[in-house]
Amino acid sequence: MKEAAFYGAGFPYAPISDLPGRLIVLEGTDGVGRSTQMQMLKDWIEEEGFGVLDTGLARSPLTQPGLDGAKRGHTLGHLTMSLFYATDFADRLENQIIPALKAGFYMLSDRYFYSIIARNVVRGADPDWSRKIYGFALKPDMIFYLRADVPTLVSRVVNGGGFDYWESGMDIGCADNLYDSFCIYQARLIEQFDQMAEEFAFTIIDANRSSQDVFEDIKEHVRALIHES
Amino acid sequence: MLQPNAYKGKLIIVEGIDGSGKSTQIDLLYKWLRSLGQSVYFSEWNSSKLVKSTTKAGKKKHILTPTTFSLIHATDFADRWENHILPLLRAGVIILADRYAFTAFGRDVARGVDPQWVRKLYSFALQPDIAFYFRVPMDVSVDRIVSSRAKIKYYEDGKDLGLSDDKVVSFRLFQQRIRDEYEKMIDEFGFTVIDGTLPIHMQQQQVRNIVQDVLQDWQGLPALHTSEGGTQ
Repeated sequence: MKEAAFYGAGFPYAPISDLPGRLIVLEGTDGVGRSTQMQMLKDWIEEEGFGVLDTGLARSPLTQPGLDGAKRGHTLGHLTMSLFYATDFADRLENQIIPALKAGFYMLSDRYFYSIIARNVVRGADPDWSRKIYGFALKPDMIFYLRADVPTLVSRVVNGGGFDYWESGMDIGCADNLYDSFCIYQARLIEQFDQMAEEFAFTIIDANRSSQDVFEDIKEHVRALIHES
Repeated sequence: MLQPNAYKGKLIIVEGIDGSGKSTQIDLLYKWLRSLGQSVYFSEWNSSKLVKSTTKAGKKKHILTPTTFSLIHATDFADRWENHILPLLRAGVIILADRYAFTAFGRDVARGVDPQWVRKLYSFALQPDIAFYFRVPMDVSVDRIVSSRAKIKYYEDGKDLGLSDDKVVSFRLFQQRIRDEYEKMIDEFGFTVIDGTLPIHMQQQQVRNIVQDVLQDWQGLPALHTSEGGTQ
């Protein structure tokens, strides 16, 4: 049994005695291969005989319609956007993640609030304020930071779905075309993630390699976590 | 502690528990300032169009927790702040706000969130030039609410906390908690306390005198003569 640890005050109105499950987070910028790793990890943990559930950013039924609408209109200021994403995150944390952990599941999260901080700070939000918002957030058992260089990201995106308006940070106007904007924006995000790596004890995984090599690394760390319990 | 307002515009807000009469007072203040030829903008709590669908859906389905309730209202406030309040303060407009961050500090803390956390959420907001707190005893609030709009709301009135099965008892217990928080904020945020049990016109006279002092020798953005008034 393991006591719940939070970055700040947590949820004072709903104390949690113990959380038998494990929370594993995969973080990293767009195109580092998070979804591939999520799937491989889920399959493998299930093969090991454990129940696995997963979640990801902006998937809360509460905020999804509002967020999609707001993105279409491009009217979100950075404060509003920071808080709206925090609402989505809190909803999933209280209604999906914590219940799953209470029930003893392995919960895999495709990004956590670190991505939100990176995106907000790049858009001008105060770094300290952005962090304090997440005082209610549960500390994960393991945070993998899949780190890839911009050229790797470009190659993955070009061979995938192509450049996306938001993933290229076109809303902040750092360049007049998707390619240049993508490179600048992703480099700024990487800078933010690098700064958070030590602060939040990320396990850094070199994601410039093949997905199989990346997965072997991840598996090794997760195996240690499984044997701990 | 909120940062002082260094912009050209003036920020005047009203706070108080339900049934304290604050909305009546700010409406009268709005009409008076308009009649004086001032540019005035009225902003109401929980009124951003952006987050409306989310707040409504969350409340209807009763899926909001104290944390998401707090965050969604902060989002609403941030949207009004970034799109209306801040740019208009810079332009030299008098902003009148029916409820401000202090409503969150009262209501969300009454619902159990961490007081420091919710203060941090709103730390981008500026300290109003005047923060009127309309103080009424609990009995007055309960009588006014029960007799006027018998429909007590689920979240606003703390039904989600399960304080009591009785609607009115639950309302009273929750408002009492909020009132306790407001009382603590009088010094913390320098509230100007108005006795909400006085006749409406006497309260309004006090309010206008205080506002007049703040606007003494102040030049804001002049209003256009053609514009029509209305508080919403």
